[in-house]
Amino acid sequence: MATTLDSPRSPYARPTGKRGTNWEKWGWIYMRGSGVVLIVLIFGHLFVNLMIGKGVDALNFGFVAGKLASPFWQWWDVAMLWLALIHGGNGMRTIVNDYATQRVTRGIFKWAILAAVVILIVLGTLVVFTFDPCPAGSPADLLPKFCPAI
Amino acid sequence: MPQQSARTLTSQQKTTSRRPAGTLYRGREGMWSWVLHRITGVAIFFFLLVHILDTALVRVSPEAYNAVISTYQTPIMGLGETALVAAIVFHAFNGIRIILIDFWSAKYQKVMFYVVIGLWVVTMLGFAPRHLMNVFSH
Repeated sequence: MATTLDSPRSPYARPTGKRGTNWEKWGWIYMRGSGVVLIVLIFGHLFVNLMIGKGVDALNFGFVAGKLASPFWQWWDVAMLWLALIHGGNGMRTIVNDYATQRVTRGIFKWAILAAVVILIVLGTLVVFTFDPCPAGSPADLLPKFCPAI
Repeated sequence: MPQQSARTLTSQQKTTSRRPAGTLYRGREGMWSWVLHRITGVAIFFFLLVHILDTALVRVSPEAYNAVISTYQTPIMGLGETALVAAIVFHAFNGIRIILIDFWSAKYQKVMFYVVIGLWVVTMLGFAPRHLMNVFSH
């Protein structure tokens, strides 16, 4: 297969005859926009979970449930979930486009990436907004301090 | 067209005075930043998949969540978390470098790569000792 490679710094020209939304351009913009927001969200996430207090040693249901009981951390985590999965999925798509040379394998990989991203976004969003920080019948010492004693 | 591009490249490689000559992406800082950005990106993506699944266990039961999260507190996982944070911090700072190259100027891309490495070292000096103390101080 003869492929013509442009010189790396030649100006980009969209193939003629392409109409409608330029999705690749919006994907490119999304990677940069979401990247900047993700730096704030993930650095904050790492600082609060790993640096403050006893860090990773203090992580347990009580800690996470205590955080996720507040709408602030719910929205923080949901924003991180959506932005990071779409950012990562789009990055993986770029890599598959670069390295998977067969049309069929490329298709399989990209559908697998899409499926993983969609399933985890739905799962994560449902978990954040439907979980109960004080599940009935659980031992009190595993729960956040604000849970009413049974 | 391919022959012409190839000739343009070789002729540009010989001129060292005009930067960025040739390509930003082959050899030296440009290429290594690109390689590291890909590798760290893929690593972070796969961790993200696992991390969402383990966090989803808060919806199952406190016991299930604690059982899984306690494996994150072992020494080997502690070292893995340090590597993960190292990957995230590099990807973050190099991402800013990419944005600056795209929206500002490619002129300082090499300098900015060393700034990224410098900021990465400083951030990791702040993070790694504290995290490793938490991991190894049982």
